[in-house]
Amino acid sequence: MSNFVLILIIIAYLAFLFFLAYWSEKKSQSRWVDNPYVYVLSLAVYCTAWTYYGSVGIASKSGISFLAIYLGPVIALPLWIVLMRKIIRISKQHKISSIADFVSLRYGNNRFLGALVTMTCLLAIIPYISLQLKAVSETFALVSNEDSYVATGVFDDSTFYIALLIAVFVAFFGTRSTDASQGKRGIIATVALESIIKLVFFLVIGIFVVYFLFDGTTDLYQKASQMTNFKQLTSFGNLENGFNWMFTILLSFFAIFLLPRQFHVAVVENQDVNHLKKAIWMFPLYLLLFNVFVIFVAWAGNLSFSGAVNRDYYSLLLPLQEGNTLLSLLVFIGGFSAVISMIVVSTLALSTMVSNNIIIPYGFIKKLVEGNPEANAKSIKNIRRIAIFLLIIVSYFFYVQFSTQLSLYSIGLISFVIIAQLAPSFFLGLFWRRGTARAAHVGMLIGIAVVAYTLLLPIIVNVVAPGSDLIENGLFGYSWLKPSQLFGIDYLTPESNTFLWSMSFNTSAFVGLSLLAKGNYRERNYAEMFVHHENYENLQEDAFVWKGEAYVADIKRLLTRFLGEERTQRALSVFNKRYNISEQEEKAGSRLINFSEKLLTGSIGSASAKILLASVSKETPIGLMEVLNILEENKETKANNRLLIEKSEELSRMASQLQSANEELRVHDRLKDEFLDTVAHELKTPITSIKAASEVLEDEGMPSELRQQFLQNISKDTDRLAKLIHNILDLEKLSSNRTDLDLQSRKINDTIQKAINGIEQIAIKKGVAVHFEAAGYLEGLYDEDRILQVLTNLLSNSLKFTEKEKGIIKILLEEKEQEITICVEDNGRGIASEDHKYIFEKFFQSRNQNIKKPQGSGFGLAICKKIVEGHRGRIWADQKFDGGARLIFTIPKAG
Amino acid sequence: MSKKILIVDDEPNIVMSLEYAFKKKDFEVFIARDGTEALQIAGEELPNVILLDIMMPKMDGYETLKKLRKNKDLKEAKVIFISAKSKLGDVEKGLELGADGYVTKPFSIKKVVTDVEKMIV
Repeated sequence: MSNFVLILIIIAYLAFLFFLAYWSEKKSQSRWVDNPYVYVLSLAVYCTAWTYYGSVGIASKSGISFLAIYLGPVIALPLWIVLMRKIIRISKQHKISSIADFVSLRYGNNRFLGALVTMTCLLAIIPYISLQLKAVSETFALVSNEDSYVATGVFDDSTFYIALLIAVFVAFFGTRSTDASQGKRGIIATVALESIIKLVFFLVIGIFVVYFLFDGTTDLYQKASQMTNFKQLTSFGNLENGFNWMFTILLSFFAIFLLPRQFHVAVVENQDVNHLKKAIWMFPLYLLLFNVFVIFVAWAGNLSFSGAVNRDYYSLLLPLQEGNTLLSLLVFIGGFSAVISMIVVSTLALSTMVSNNIIIPYGFIKKLVEGNPEANAKSIKNIRRIAIFLLIIVSYFFYVQFSTQLSLYSIGLISFVIIAQLAPSFFLGLFWRRGTARAAHVGMLIGIAVVAYTLLLPIIVNVVAPGSDLIENGLFGYSWLKPSQLFGIDYLTPESNTFLWSMSFNTSAFVGLSLLAKGNYRERNYAEMFVHHENYENLQEDAFVWKGEAYVADIKRLLTRFLGEERTQRALSVFNKRYNISEQEEKAGSRLINFSEKLLTGSIGSASAKILLASVSKETPIGLMEVLNILEENKETKANNRLLIEKSEELSRMASQLQSANEELRVHDRLKDEFLDTVAHELKTPITSIKAASEVLEDEGMPSELRQQFLQNISKDTDRLAKLIHNILDLEKLSSNRTDLDLQSRKINDTIQKAINGIEQIAIKKGVAVHFEAAGYLEGLYDEDRILQVLTNLLSNSLKFTEKEKGIIKILLEEKEQEITICVEDNGRGIASEDHKYIFEKFFQSRNQNIKKPQGSGFGLAICKKIVEGHRGRIWADQKFDGGARLIFTIPKAG
Repeated sequence: MSKKILIVDDEPNIVMSLEYAFKKKDFEVFIARDGTEALQIAGEELPNVILLDIMMPKMDGYETLKKLRKNKDLKEAKVIFISAKSKLGDVEKGLELGADGYVTKPFSIKKVVTDVEKMIV
């Protein structure tokens, strides 16, 4: 493939990434952008060109030891989840935007520590970025067939332009907001996509090699096993080798936490702590898939090439040898994806660190204090943009100068060893309160010095003055000072050797110095907040103890410079509301100091934020005991406040309950009045009738037939009175739950039949047909007398309201899951729709005091309702039914 | 000229007694079971006296009285409420609406008859 076409493809691919990033920024709330899978895929930024190409190289030379780099993260992952949860929570609470900020904040916003961490990261990552550029450049040369083409300088080297394009991409999408703690969804989306691409294409080449070039894994294994060094390539080796394994695993375990790009994707870009749950199994799976074919591709390469080629690029050379241009292009794009995602995230994280932890706190802070908000935002963004370009350009020159001598694998390991120097202050700082800033400085510096002497020095010397005496025989001729075999241990690889000694010195210095001298109160305060994070999470601004004098106006002026008038105003009014502070308050409390520090941290880093706030306030140092006491107090006040709030909520709840109870009582009272009125009326009617009849009976001239009629009337009215009184008493008894239901398992069919038998005579007389059909016997759990009463009542109502000779009454039975439904319907005059609500109330005619409803409907349904409810059933009238009335009630099933 | 009385009540037993008592006193007795029926019969027969229950189906006694009073021909008719509603407020309301008397249930037939007779003398 020609140079030109390949460059076009690269540009098209980059353009696509621009577009994707742009789209994702716009749709940052979309479920395509904001989900746990994107989070997990972004973690896979761990797999760089080193993984993509370097693993194959190392597998072909030294067998399965390449796996150690991936075993570390896999073994660490359960622990990683637990630690990450804590780290993410702390970082979100304090608006932390990088690992340098995190470490510096832990040791009391220590400016020097932030800078030191940043320097360490630069030292580790710049060679790493140049390693990526090396991979692009070399694979580019392999894929483009113009062998004769050799770059003669920077400006005709395509790698330089690719690096610049990547810088433009990061500068554009990475600096849209001055608040670096805010997520960059566009960049993360492209990283996630690149993670898919590199994995898929690597699997494609693996499958191609194993199943097309060879006849599957068995075939490949058999052929490879005939090679001379096969045994060495597939065994774990001896004990010494075991140490190397262990150190590499430990190294990669640290790297997964400490690499700036990993911290960035895992912590700063985390949108939801729960996304970690997906990561616990998906990320190891991703790493596993990535490594499935590595060893096979390595064997295949060893079998196909005699060793004259760069073994790192077997995956590219194999398809090229077969003349499969498309496949080699895919592999190239996959590797290119790995490169871009690494460079993009690394430079993004590093540029934030450089600006927030070195440039701003050491140089620009004065200028920023004097500037206006727009200019400040611009300056901050420009600082980061310049940092991005510088990083990439420096990496490029490092690549030009050094990386031709080194393999991908060794540069990667060096980078890991350097970054591991953060481990003691980072990990111990999370769990050990005693750790101090000074100890962290010294430990880290010593660690780096050891790395420099044992690992970097030999490399530099090899480039500058090959064959130097120092490397061969040790400093001043002392063999125990020989860089690659410090203290005479000669069985470790140079990287393991460096790792062992640098970590030992670093950790000892850190622990020793921490024990020797306590840190200042500020360090102790943050140490407490980090170590016992779960205790202080709820304290928010109260978690930091500050004593001194400051004025709200000064702080406001300061915030305005960075956030602008509007955001400052908004943030402060939110703050005042949260803590119930008057807008007129002049003096600033420790909460406001802490709150403002957090607000500024996102934009300029924690160290600068501290310096700025110190410039507008007079801080009084406090003793350590006092810090702890105040913290304890704050916790108590918080708890008390919560208790008070709960109490007052309870009180207001009780008040409203009382009110509604009162209201209910009043309604009850009114209902009782109405009830008594109606009872009186109902009683008076038959009494009036009896009294009137007895008066007219006094007339002696009354014909005996009529006399008979009157006497009968008296008798009927007396019955009516008696029944009425019985019903009233019954209802009252049911209402006050004083009746015990005799619940027994019975066949409801029989009970229905009994009810029908009871009214049959009247029905026949009136010419009304009563139908009851049931498919089978249903057993219910009920009091038979009471349910009989309900049925009789419903049937009587139906009889009353149906026309003579035309009336039809139907009883239907239905079995439900928990209950039996009994339905009594007729073709009578039905129930007026406005009455549906009231028919089950006693004397429902009392809704309108002066309109009387047909006789008998005053009590019956009210009693029915009470009985059914006593059975935990329901009774209602079907509103949709027209052409008569349909009343339905339920009773529980037996058993 | 015979005296005409209209009894409006939905309780047949009570009506029966009243009917007997007034017939005995040579009244021509008409019976209505609700307000609507009452308006119709009153319009046709123009009774001298109307005994009006208050709690009735369809149209209550108050409403019936208001409508009766709108008929000019019935201006002279005496209207007496007979009701179980015995609270002072109920009685006042009835009289305010222009009833000529208010008898609470249970009542004495003899007294109702004498009251009516007095009223139309």
